Order: sequence, then C-alpha cells, then structure tokens
Amino acid sequence: MSALLLALLLVPLIGAAVCGAMATREHLDRAGKAVGLGFSAVSLVLVVAVWAMFRTGPGTPRFQGELAVDWIPAFGTRFALGIDGIALTMIALLAVLVPIVLGFAWGDKLPPGRTGAGFTALMLATQGVLVGVFAATDVFLFYVLFEAMLIPMYFLIGRFGGPRRQYAAVKFFLYSFLGGLIMLASVIGLFVASESRLGQGTFDWAALQQMAGQLPLSTQIPLFLGFFAAFAIKAPLVPLHTWLPDAGAEAPVAGGVILVGLLDKVGVFGFLRYTLPLFPAASRELAPLVLTLAVIGVIYGALLAAAQTDMKRFVAYTSIAHFGYIALGIFAFTSQAIAGSALYMVNHGISTAMLFLAVGMLIRRGGTASMTEYGGVGRAAPLLAGMFLIAGLSTLSLPGTNSFISEFLVLIGAFPTRPVFTVIATVGIVFAALYVLWVYQRVFTGPLRGTAVVGDGPGAASAATMGSGDDTDDTGGSWARRTTARFGDLTRGEIAIMTPLVALVLVLGFFPGPVLDVLDPAVSATMSEVGAVDPVAPAAPTNGVPR
Amino acid sequence: MTGPAFPTVDYGALAPMLIILGAACVSVLLEALLPLRGRGRAQLTLTLVAIVAAFLAVVVRATSGAPAVTTLAGALAVDGPSLFLWGTLLALAVPSVLLLADRSIEPGGAFVADPVALAEAESRERVSAGTRGGGRVGGSGGSGGSGRAARGTDAVEGHTEIYPLVLFALGGMIVFCAADDLLTMFVALEVLSLPLYLLCGLARRRRLMSQESAVKYFLLGAFSSAFFLYGLALLYGYADSVKLSDISLAAAGSLRPDSLLFGGLALLVVGLLFKASVGPFHTWTPDVYQGAPTSVTAFMAACTKVAAFGAILRVFTVAFGSTVWEWRGVLWIVAIVSMVVGAVLGLTQTDVKRMIAYSSVAHAGFLLLGAMAVTPAGLSATLFYLLAYGFTTVALFGLVSLVRGPDGEATHLSAWAGLGRRSPVVAAAVTFLMLALAGIPLTSGFTAKFAVFSAALADGMTPLVIVALVVSAVAAFFYLRLIVLMYFSEPAADGPTVSVPGPFTTVAITLGVVVTLLLGVVPTAVLGWADGLSFLG
Repeated sequence: MSALLLALLLVPLIGAAVCGAMATREHLDRAGKAVGLGFSAVSLVLVVAVWAMFRTGPGTPRFQGELAVDWIPAFGTRFALGIDGIALTMIALLAVLVPIVLGFAWGDKLPPGRTGAGFTALMLATQGVLVGVFAATDVFLFYVLFEAMLIPMYFLIGRFGGPRRQYAAVKFFLYSFLGGLIMLASVIGLFVASESRLGQGTFDWAALQQMAGQLPLSTQIPLFLGFFAAFAIKAPLVPLHTWLPDAGAEAPVAGGVILVGLLDKVGVFGFLRYTLPLFPAASRELAPLVLTLAVIGVIYGALLAAAQTDMKRFVAYTSIAHFGYIALGIFAFTSQAIAGSALYMVNHGISTAMLFLAVGMLIRRGGTASMTEYGGVGRAAPLLAGMFLIAGLSTLSLPGTNSFISEFLVLIGAFPTRPVFTVIATVGIVFAALYVLWVYQRVFTGPLRGTAVVGDGPGAASAATMGSGDDTDDTGGSWARRTTARFGDLTRGEIAIMTPLVALVLVLGFFPGPVLDVLDPAVSATMSEVGAVDPVAPAAPTNGVPR
Repeated sequence: MTGPAFPTVDYGALAPMLIILGAACVSVLLEALLPLRGRGRAQLTLTLVAIVAAFLAVVVRATSGAPAVTTLAGALAVDGPSLFLWGTLLALAVPSVLLLADRSIEPGGAFVADPVALAEAESRERVSAGTRGGGRVGGSGGSGGSGRAARGTDAVEGHTEIYPLVLFALGGMIVFCAADDLLTMFVALEVLSLPLYLLCGLARRRRLMSQESAVKYFLLGAFSSAFFLYGLALLYGYADSVKLSDISLAAAGSLRPDSLLFGGLALLVVGLLFKASVGPFHTWTPDVYQGAPTSVTAFMAACTKVAAFGAILRVFTVAFGSTVWEWRGVLWIVAIVSMVVGAVLGLTQTDVKRMIAYSSVAHAGFLLLGAMAVTPAGLSATLFYLLAYGFTTVALFGLVSLVRGPDGEATHLSAWAGLGRRSPVVAAAVTFLMLALAGIPLTSGFTAKFAVFSAALADGMTPLVIVALVVSAVAAFFYLRLIVLMYFSEPAADGPTVSVPGPFTTVAITLGVVVTLLLGVVPTAVLGWADGLSFLG
C-alpha cells in the first residue's frame, strides 16, 4: 500500500512533467490533453485500489500505508507519508474531480499563447502536490508542500483566468504565502520545542503529537495561532476570506473547482490533523474564538452569497458559509460533530464542484458570469437547469442529498457542547435555501430573457459553436430572438461529466456509511488526542454514525 | 641582540590564498608581456586554473582532517569556518569569472578601460557602417600605438585588466574572512575593495553611470574604512592587542572602561556592515549594483557578501562572544532596519538591478539574524545561507545580462513584460530564482531561511524572527511582480531581445540554477559540512 501511495503522489507529477514538455509544441496540444487525462485516470484507478486496501473497523491503526525516508537529517526531517481516513477521502475526492474537470476543460478556447496541455500540466501538478499535502506525516514535509501547492495554482489563475486574473493571482499568492510564513514561525517553534524536550529536534507528526500534551499552555497558544492563521486564511474563515471571491471568480472554472473544492480543504484538514492534535490545550482554550469566526462566516457568507450578481463569486461565498459549518463541527469537540465535519469536507467538494461546473457550462453558453444577463434558461436548457438545481439543493443540504447528512451531524453534534453557536449557525440553513433558490429563480425560471440568452450578448460568437443545440437559430428576426434562446442544452460530453457527480450526490445522500466507516478511526483518534469526551452517552448507533 | 624572529608559515594551510595571490601577480605580468589579441584567453585560463586549484586545495585540506591552525604569527586562522568560506568564495568565483569573460553577449566583452580608445573605435565603426561597401576601415590606427581596439569593425576589443583585478579582490576576500587579527583584516579589506572600485567603473555601455557608481562606492568605502580603522584603534587602546582572541580575553573580567570596547566595536562593525550592505549602511548598494557592469555586480553581490559576513561571524564569535548580551540589542535594531528598508524600498523600484540590490539588503538582514545568534547553529546556518544566496544571485545577474535593448541591458521592469512568451527558458529560470529569493520551499532560499530562522528562534530572538517572516512576505510581492510581468502581461512591440548566451554564461547560469535546486531538495551534504564547524580561539 505504501507503494500505491507513493505512486498516487508521483503519477500526477510525472504526468505534469510530460504534459508540460508537450505544451511547448502547438501541434502536440491535443495529444498532451489526452495524455493528461490518461494520467488522471491512472490516479483514479490507484485511488480505488488504495480505498479497497484501506482497513476499517475497530482496532485498525490510524495511519496506513506508511513509508519514511530520511530527507534532511540536520533538520530531523523525513520524507514520510501515510494516510488516515480523512486524508484518504480527500485524496479520493481529488482523484475523482481531476478527470472530471479535465474533461470539462477539454473544449475550452484558450487565449493565444496558452495551450490546453499547459493547463493540464498545471492541473496535474496541483493534484500531485495536494496528494502529498494530505499524505504527509512529517510537519516539515507538510509545510514544504503546503507552500509548493501555491505555485501551480498561481499560474492556473494568472495564465488561464478571467480579465482581472493578475490581481486575483497575486492576491491569492500573497495571502497564502503570508499565512504560510506565519505557520513557518510555528513550525520552527515546534522544532525548537522538540529539541529542548525530546533532546533531538524532530518533525515527525507522531513524535510531536506525543510531546504536545506536555507543552505548557503559554507555549501552545502562540504555536497554535501560527498554524491557525495559515489554515484560517486557507479555509477561509471570515476576516481572512477576501482573496477567495476574487480567486474563485477569476480562476478558470476547472481551476476554481480544485481551488474551492480541494485546495481550501487543506485549511480545515489542517485544523483536524495539526492544530487539534498538536496543541490540544490551546485548541480547547481558544475554541470560542474559532467558533465565533465560524458562525460569523456561516451568516456573513450566506448573506453575501445572496447579494452576488456574479455566479462564480456566488459559488465562492456559499463556500465561505460552508467552511463556517465545517470549522464549527471541528471545534465543537464531539465525535459526531467532527465526523460530520470530515464528511462535510467530502460532500462540500462534490456539491461545489457540481455547482461550479453547472455555472461554467452556463457561462460557456452565455459568455458572461453576470446573473442579470440571464433569464428563463430552463426553457432552453432544461438538463442544465436540472443539474444546477441538484447541485443547488445539495448545497442547501436538502434531505436526500449528500450534504444533509454532514450538516445534520455537525449541528446535532455541536449542540450539546455549544448550543448558542449551533443555534445561530442553524439560521444559516434558511439563508442557504434563500440564496440558492433565488439564484435558480432569477436565472433558470420564467420566460426566456436577458441579453446573454436571447440577444447579441457577449456570448454570441460562442453560441454558434455549440453545434449540438437544436434551437440555435440566429437567423430569425427580432421576434424570434425574443422567444428563442441562442443556445441549447447539455451536450453528451457534458452529461457524461455531470453524471458521476449526480450519482455521488444521491448515493452519499442515502448511504454515507462506507465513507463514515473510513473516517471513523481518524475521528476517534482526533477526539482522544485533543482530550475531549462526548458529553452524554448517546443512544444506540444508527446508520454507521460513529460514536 | 637577536635578529627578528620569523614566524612559522604553514604552507599547506595557506595554499589556497597563496595560489590565488600568486596567480594574481602572474596575471599582472601576462598583462604586461602578452599581445592584446591572445591575452584574454590566456588570462581566463590562468584565472580559472588558479581558482580550481585553490578550490581543490581547500577540499583536500577540509577532507584531510588537518587540525585548525593559526599561522603567520597568528595573523590568519585556518579553521573549519575559514575553509567553508574559502570553498564558498572559490566556488562562487567560477561562475562569476565565467560571466566576466563572456564575449558573446557584448562583442568584445563588457569592459573597456580607456574611453579614448573606445570613442575612436566607435567612431571608426560608425564610419565603416556609413561607407558600407567602401571597404573595411580599421587596422592599426588605434590610439597610443598600443594596438588597442585593433580588431576592426565588428567589435572593440575589451580589456583584460579585469582578470588580475578579480584575482586580487578574491585574494583579499580569502584573507579577510580568515584574518585573526584586526590589522590583517583591515589590509585584506583594502585589498579586496580597491580592485572592486576599479571594476565598477569599467563598463562599456552607460559609462557615466558606471563611473558614478565607482566613485560613489570608492568614497563611501573610504569612509567605512576610516570607521573600521578608528574602531580598530579604540580596541587596541582597550585590549592592548589587535588579536581577536586577546580582545575577548581582555573583555572577560577586566576593569577597563567599557566605553572603549563598545565604542570600538560599534565603529568596527559599521565598517563591516557597510561591506555586507546591511541597512542602514546600504545606501551605496542600489547605485553601485545598477551602475556597475552586470557581471561585476554578480561577483560583488555574491562574493563580497560572503567575505564580509565571514569576517562579521569571526569578529562576533571570537572577539565579542563573551559580551554578546551587551551589544546584541543594538544589532536587533540594525537587523530590523535592514530587513524593513530592503523590503519596503524594494517595492518601489522600477529597475531590475536596483530591485535585486534592495533584496540583497533585506537578505543581509536575514543573514545578520544568524550571525547574531553566536551559536553553533547560527554559524552553520549563516554559512549555508551565504552559499545558497551567492549561487542564486550569480545566476540571476547572469540572466539579467541576457535581456538587452538597443543600448545594452534593458533593466527597466517594463522591458521584461511578456518575457515568458518570447523566451520561455530564460523566464522560467528567472522565475525559479525569484522563488528562491522569496524563500519558497524546494529551493535553496527556503532551506537557508529555515536554518537561519530556527537558529535565531532557538537563541531567543522570537520577535526578530516574526519581523523577518513578515518582511519575507512583503518582499515576496516584488519578486512576484516580476513573475507577473513576465508571464501575465503582453510583450511590448519594441521590447528588448533576449541574447542567446554564449557557453560561458550558459555554464554560469546553469550552475547557479542547479545549485539552487539541489540545495533546496537535498541539502544534506552541505548542511552536514557546515554543521559542527567552529572558530578557533
């Protein structure tokens, strides 16, 4: 399994190198994209194998597939990998989403000088580094990859993004880099502390976790804050979130899916893997601070999402609200809530990806992300409207969709320990329904209207290329324009892209058990590391929910 | 009456220094004896052979396990840090000399000593260009009958004085970072500085700027030498000796007035910090970096910093290690000023060379953090940082020299717009080096920063480390700005061309980039060497 894990890390990176080499030749562009898709498919197969080999149930070790090689002995750092359930679900989600977004971006028309193979190379590089981030069991290695993952994403936004891409890319990079540097201070501090306490400096996660309980609170708090700052920027929690709407709006849709769906998950993943186990006392002490930020995020993100007119920014703000829920669940310190948060991380990835892709398909047709340019799209593209609705319902956590289980677990798990915060956060559910349905109503229902749908809007040129549509008749007079949309419904390729996501939304909505089983050992280990116990002995376990 | 006692000389230990200074003398003779035409090649060969031989001597000495010694009556200490610094200096000298020797980018080389000859040759060039078809004009009508500028129409022959100058400067640096008494250190300071002043003024293009930079460097350098000398005098008054170890002995438990000791230290350190371009003594740096020929800037930025910090480390550790708690507070402020000034003023620059100059001021602040720690960890971290930073800088200046407009190098930032489109390899290399300067992991810049910051943190300088991290983030902005310009902007229609580098420059740049990558990914060997070194005395 260690070999498979290493392969999961290396295959995308090799793929990135191959595609990058092919990107320099224009005529190899298509072949480069195909090769990239092939590499991502190999990753997917590898993930399936790893998932199959991952043992679950009581008594299994938390980390599996571990391997470690000395890297820089002078710093006591090793190249050490190993996955627990939380990391596995993240890596699996990544492996599922990358082929999907590569498929989505297949037909994108790129600005001159940019090649699809280059885009694919950057995507695969992001995937490889992210696998490393989730699988690292050495704090130094984690930090190194945490910073390294900025670089491919920076170029993805800066080279392939929208009109304000330079601004967005630099803002994204600087925010994350600043957070990373603050974390670096804590990483070094942890190393120095381990030098004085263990006699020899180490970055081994397990050794540091053993030591962490002995650190006095006065040492833990600054170290905690360093890690927390980096993760709160990444996640993002509210006062530090302003880069996300810009980056999300300017990134190409496929890049945005990975950015919001997975790169940001590193923040909440970091809470679970690093801040809680390494600084248990500080985590307990400062939980009210984090919870306050989380709840502000839930409400603020929801309100701003409702106020957006740009659809990509809308998706970014809904994510800010969701990250609030995830942080709430993590810092509530009950196993239900933490399990809910871990599951939420998966579900949010799926539903956001779907929402982003549906928006991307709409933008591809209409040529603009502005909601005010659209209206009544459901008449012209009923399947697209349906996809958006499914994604939207999953985002607002309708029972029967995947997100419901996780949001429910977070709220019910957090209520016993943090009733006030939970009650306020519950209000966010109402807002979620508001913002999703309102957008749906404005864009997809009613008669055909809006310049992007029926007029000579900015998408007029691209509309002609959507060949498969049956009512893209531009030759009619003004009367026909008012009643006939310029574009048609989803193509076969687009349906193929969306189908697995729809399946995941529904399957995880009804059968979250297998995923929860995988998450369970990591969740209970996190609970014991942070030194928290569940407030009351719960009733008989239902549908595989860990207790 | 006995005759003067001659000190014993450990030739084995001094071999690297003797090779370099000996080669410098031979080089002067070659300059006098050989005809101009073949001189460049002979000088280059001699210089490279001398540097490589000296490097091998250092390696042999370091691996033989010979004990650390002081020799020449205690004037020089050949100990672990000396050998590491010598190795670093000589290793950095190779790409620097290769850059200096390049003639493919600027036909005839980037150096001209005699402006009259240059002007005459250029006027001939113009004439021949004007009367194209009217036969070649040129031949032996050069100035002063010396045969200079006799190559005809295509190029004005560059000058070869640079080789002995570089060798003398290098010899001075080698002595400087091994000097165990302050007088030797002062002499070495002058030996390394004077050739650098000259080298700065030799540019073929933009001569006025080049000469201005030389004068500025010379005047300010003279001031700083005076400071150094004044400090030396005060310390001699205090300790009755110029030997570093005697100063340390005198400082430990004496009843002599501290004002002499710390006054002397302050003045001495001003002189050293000036050479290391630590703020607030950095004011010469941007002008000189910008005005000097780029290959000289590369040599100066990499090697001078190594030598200066080598001396700073030795003075702090050997002479003032016992009083570290009394003087370190002042240096906290100096380090903060250096980091903040470097990063903040770097933000406002519009010229690539000036930007790198300010970045070097910020980096000098980071280096000072490690040097102030006065612990084994601080020493090894600083040594590693010097090596890593040196190679990154040399390669970066090599790349800067490739981007050229109609009058020489195009160093204005706007000229770099869209470089990623026009010249992807150069842009990728610059990007990588910029990320290294910013301290992104998997580059040597990160490993070095990590080592220095952890040493500083372990020695109780937490606030300084936090300032350093914030400054790193600020500085990242202007490194990033260049990357943005190169990749995300459209190239200007009349933008500069990117020269195809000749073999020398290619080797120098490749060396720098490869070392930057290797020290980022597998730094173990070098860190292992730097670890566990200690000063003698």
